[in-house]
Amino acid sequence: MSAKELKRITVPISDEAIRDLKIGDSVLLSGIMVTGRDTVHKWFMDNFIAKTVPVSAEDALVYEELKRLLQDGVIYHCGPVVSGLQDKNYRFVAAGPTTSIREEAYQGAVMEHFHMKGVIGKGGMGPKTLAACAKIPAVYFHAIGGAASLIAESVKKVLGVYKLEFGVPEALWVIQVEDFPVVVTMDSHGNSLHDEIQKQSLEKLESILAK
Amino acid sequence: MRDITNELVELVRLTSTDLPKSIQDALINARQAEDKGSAAEAAMVSILENVEMSRRNQTPICQDTGTPLFFVKYGQGWEPGALKAQIRAAIAEATKRSYLRPNAVDSLHGKNTGNNLGDDNFPTIHFQEVAGDGLTIDLMLKGGGCENVGRQYSLPDVGLGADRDLEGVRKVVLDAVYQAQGQGCAPGFLGVAIGGDRGSGYLVSKEALLTGLHEDNPDPELSALEQRITEEANTLEIGPMGFGGKSTVLGTKIRASHRLPASYFVTISYMCWAYRHRTLTIEGTQVNYA
Repeated sequence: MSAKELKRITVPISDEAIRDLKIGDSVLLSGIMVTGRDTVHKWFMDNFIAKTVPVSAEDALVYEELKRLLQDGVIYHCGPVVSGLQDKNYRFVAAGPTTSIREEAYQGAVMEHFHMKGVIGKGGMGPKTLAACAKIPAVYFHAIGGAASLIAESVKKVLGVYKLEFGVPEALWVIQVEDFPVVVTMDSHGNSLHDEIQKQSLEKLESILAK
Repeated sequence: MRDITNELVELVRLTSTDLPKSIQDALINARQAEDKGSAAEAAMVSILENVEMSRRNQTPICQDTGTPLFFVKYGQGWEPGALKAQIRAAIAEATKRSYLRPNAVDSLHGKNTGNNLGDDNFPTIHFQEVAGDGLTIDLMLKGGGCENVGRQYSLPDVGLGADRDLEGVRKVVLDAVYQAQGQGCAPGFLGVAIGGDRGSGYLVSKEALLTGLHEDNPDPELSALEQRITEEANTLEIGPMGFGGKSTVLGTKIRASHRLPASYFVTISYMCWAYRHRTLTIEGTQVNYA
């Protein structure tokens, strides 16, 4: 797979910009995004989407602010290392992506609920997320797993944090990024690079195992 | 017994922020193998930039600083109880200094302890008494992404056509690499244990990863199998991050243990490209980090 021209995209992202993206595109993202992983996705689902849990007044306020931040926005599957916890002078020290597939059960519904235009993570996601990407439209941006110091450099500012009681890795960190490097691996046209690689590698595995 | 908490904090800093040269060299070779202008090459370039930046800034190579896994070999005069207390103090201090992310989460209530100190197994410490009066402490930081793609097979495995022999071992290990795709942060390294029970299999598969990348397996049959698995895994072309490409596995280390007549486990621990392993050695007044 050859890398194509590098694209620069700013969050919030328009429908046109999303439809223009294809798998394999390298993108530099700038703007404001929010981190969220396992606990956050379950909390979104239980409290605000399936509504199986009563919402506290405090959480209702947080939800209103998140709706504003996530509309046409991006969620980043990341549990960062953060310095300045004592004096709340937060700074991202290390901030690579975490494995996304754990959110497959929730992601499509969460994206549609907030009308999100993208998810950043690693390892790709499954058919439910791919279907949501086509519908909204949205894409899956793959960051480089483990490139934590490098990505932390693109985080220019920590604007705030919600639900810090979930723990540092699981909280919702609102960050301002500049030229955050990602590759589109699932697009809004039904294509997934992960499906392609999986299919090709299975064929190769079967031929090796038959030897 | 003397207090080596500061030396242990330094061991954690080195392990988390300064990737060993042998691993970095393997990553450089992997970058050179990828097609120019490919997403795989771009991923390798970012990975190598990140390695340099982490070393320079003394920041974690990966934000998932994993479960700290300590392997302690202690001679006369060293006390496991006191060493454990100092290791735990060093882990809390290293977390405060942002060399580690707070990673110890209460499984029942979801609460993060905030200082990386959980129950007796977090951090994980294995003690072994040795002759002499020296002390050797290996530390490996293994993140959740690669830990989650570890697998254990019980042979024979009918679906994979894997019998209870080295050919069967080869088949299940390659299946594990296929199953992992890019999820374990490829290009990775494989620690494989043949035999043991379910528990010791995982322990030995991690101990296999303590072997130096260029150290030959003393068993020629296993050494040949290691090479064959690495080569064949790369023909799957899963590539860096699962983007497709030439480098999927950069090294395989296999160890065999005794097993029960009824059991034949093959256990695979997958280590991500951020193969963070360092060794602290103390002999008399000499303190050495490798």
